[in-house]
Amino acid sequence: MSQSLRIENLHASVDGHEILKGLTLEVPKGQVHAIMGPNGSGKSTLSKVIAGHEDYTVTEGSVFLDDINLLDLEIDERSRAGFFLAFQYPHEIPGVSNANFIRAARQARLPKGQEIDAVAFYREMYAKMDELGMDRKFTARSVNEGFSGGEKKRNEILQMMMLEPKYAILDETDSGLDIDALKIVAQGVNAMRSPERGFLVITHYQRLLDYIVPDVVHVLHDGRIIHTGGKELAYELEEKGYDWIINEPVAA
Amino acid sequence: MPDSATLEAVNIDQDEGNFSYPEDYAHDAGYGLTEKTIDYISDIKGEAEWIREFRKRALKVFNDKPMPTHWASKDLENIVFENIRYYLSKGQRPTRSWDEVPDDVKATFERLGIPEKERKFLAGVEAQFDSEAAYSNVKEELTKEGVIFVNSTEGLREHPEVFRPWFGKVIPTGDNKFSALNSAVFSGGSFIYVPPGVKVKHPLQAYFRINAENFGQFERTLIIVDEGAEVTYMEGCTAPKFETATLHSAVVELVAMKDAKIQYITVQNWSNNVFNLVTKRGLAHENAEIRWIDCNIGSRLTMKYPGVIMKGRKARGEVISIALANDGQHQDTGAKMIHAADETTSNIVAKSISVGSGRSTYRGQVHIPKHLKGCKNNTECDALLINASSRTDTYPAITVRGNQHATQHEASVSQVSEEQIFYMKQRGLSEGEAMSLSVNGFVNDLVREFPMEYSVELKRLIDMEMEGSVG
Ligand SMILES: Nc1ncnc2c1ncn2[C@@H]1O[C@H](COP(=O)(O)OP(=O)(O)O)[C@@H](O)[C@H]1O
Ligand SMILES: [Mg+2]
Repeated sequence: MSQSLRIENLHASVDGHEILKGLTLEVPKGQVHAIMGPNGSGKSTLSKVIAGHEDYTVTEGSVFLDDINLLDLEIDERSRAGFFLAFQYPHEIPGVSNANFIRAARQARLPKGQEIDAVAFYREMYAKMDELGMDRKFTARSVNEGFSGGEKKRNEILQMMMLEPKYAILDETDSGLDIDALKIVAQGVNAMRSPERGFLVITHYQRLLDYIVPDVVHVLHDGRIIHTGGKELAYELEEKGYDWIINEPVAA
Repeated sequence: MPDSATLEAVNIDQDEGNFSYPEDYAHDAGYGLTEKTIDYISDIKGEAEWIREFRKRALKVFNDKPMPTHWASKDLENIVFENIRYYLSKGQRPTRSWDEVPDDVKATFERLGIPEKERKFLAGVEAQFDSEAAYSNVKEELTKEGVIFVNSTEGLREHPEVFRPWFGKVIPTGDNKFSALNSAVFSGGSFIYVPPGVKVKHPLQAYFRINAENFGQFERTLIIVDEGAEVTYMEGCTAPKFETATLHSAVVELVAMKDAKIQYITVQNWSNNVFNLVTKRGLAHENAEIRWIDCNIGSRLTMKYPGVIMKGRKARGEVISIALANDGQHQDTGAKMIHAADETTSNIVAKSISVGSGRSTYRGQVHIPKHLKGCKNNTECDALLINASSRTDTYPAITVRGNQHATQHEASVSQVSEEQIFYMKQRGLSEGEAMSLSVNGFVNDLVREFPMEYSVELKRLIDMEMEGSVG
């Protein structure tokens, strides 16, 4: 079996309304793919379906993480199998400190009876927060509560760094970030790029792809990938918009 | 160490408090409650005549008062007073050394970690087993400073000049049916006196243990903290789970003299067959402060509304309350704040969690009469419902007369959002872990009010309760 995040002919609907209409895409280990596409084309839906959100029904198709059929697993099992989603709109968890949350997520990955080494955990988290330019006070604050848009996005990247997934989807991580924050977040992601890991970066703007340079760019429209190209495709889209692709006949 | 036969007789269960030792009691008042029961208790204790009279008057009040079922749970009708034993003891006198405590009693408290906690962070401990204390000890230096920490029998016998003037004054016998019951058959509990200016640094702790079936525990506590003095008192409790109902009905009176501070902390973890019907009230004199920090996790039905009467100018009262009602449980809790002087301040923060078919009720009473000036009350009560069958009710009664006061009232009912659980599960937490963490988050700001050792225990208890609540 190939080492990749493999989405094949994926159909998914919500309340009987089909949103993903036969989406096929493969991110091999070691690569960064970008998905671009107009608002409402199904980008966030794709990421939530892969994560296992219960609002969506998969009616056809498959999603494989290496040789694991993700659609057979519970949400938390998918996570522990190595799938991470940096949310477009990260949820708040009142009263639960960031440190405790991340620690619980790490603990969930250990065999029963084994305890996290708290000192090593904090040392590692502080180092990663420094990389992301996050103030130490974010360890004690409730997860995402009262965070600005940019702080929430950085916090998603922090969690990703702490959980070291095999494959990660970043859903519009750049929106709400100013250019400096964008650079820092991109640095964090780039530091995690490795032959052992694949990324799928969802974005509206080519800007992010200046800093996280993708191997492949896909265009998603109306629940399908309608075009795939190299990193230069992002510039073309930025310049010309989506219409020229949308209007071209879909290649078989 | 208890011998192996004793150990084998212990019913081991995953619940920490769910084990019991075979009964061997020297004193057993038998089933049911009559004047004879009272004579039996009074004789064993060798009590002064006025106490016997006090008890007998209380028995009449108890018999005359109807059950408060016109406003409270009908479940009260399931208490069969004739099937309860009102006094059980091994005839032990509380010892000052754990070595002298009977083996099975000592083993009980060791399993509950009491001696260890005492060594680590307590200034004094009293451990009550059924009707009487088995162990009672307070640090030498506190005794030298004049601090008294004894049980009710000893308090009334050895220090009547200290305790008698306040005994039954904050909570009169006839306050309610269960305060009357307690007044008739009380035994054990803590009588504490802290002399003027003495600030007791470490907490004093009492631990209440019910071991016997068909039994009622009726401890009586009276804490008097003299001018400018301070104390923190903590109580914990457990019982094994029996098929039949067990009754726990305490009366706790606090008196804070001018500038005094009392903090009273409870972690109630009775087994789910215990009716826990407790009356708690404090009297705060000028510039005194009384805080009730109350956590109810166990019991079948708890009815408890800690109160503060703010009698002196600038007195302060506070109730911090956490209640967790799981299947088959009803936590009927709240607070009473009686403002009786100018510039008095009260604060109530109550959070409840209802799980499965669990039911939580908040009853708050805040009373500020018209002739007073500059009183403040803040009331917040938040309820969290976990399952569709969970239930919560709120009955706030705030009577504020006059327009020179500041009051604020907020209430909310919420559920853990599905999107929040999805987010947490995406990070690898199971549904149960996500729910536990969310619930701990909901009460987190209140748990922080408990001393460290207790907040860790609380978190663990909440995790245990939440484990079976999902999926
Ligand atoms: N839970 C949902 N309920 C109803 N409609 C949804 C839901 N999620 C997504 N949709 C619809 O599916 C389409 C794609 O949405 P989304 O995946 O969020 O797009 P994108 O992320 O590309 O902007 C939109 O028309 C949106 O309204
Ligand atoms: Mg989106």
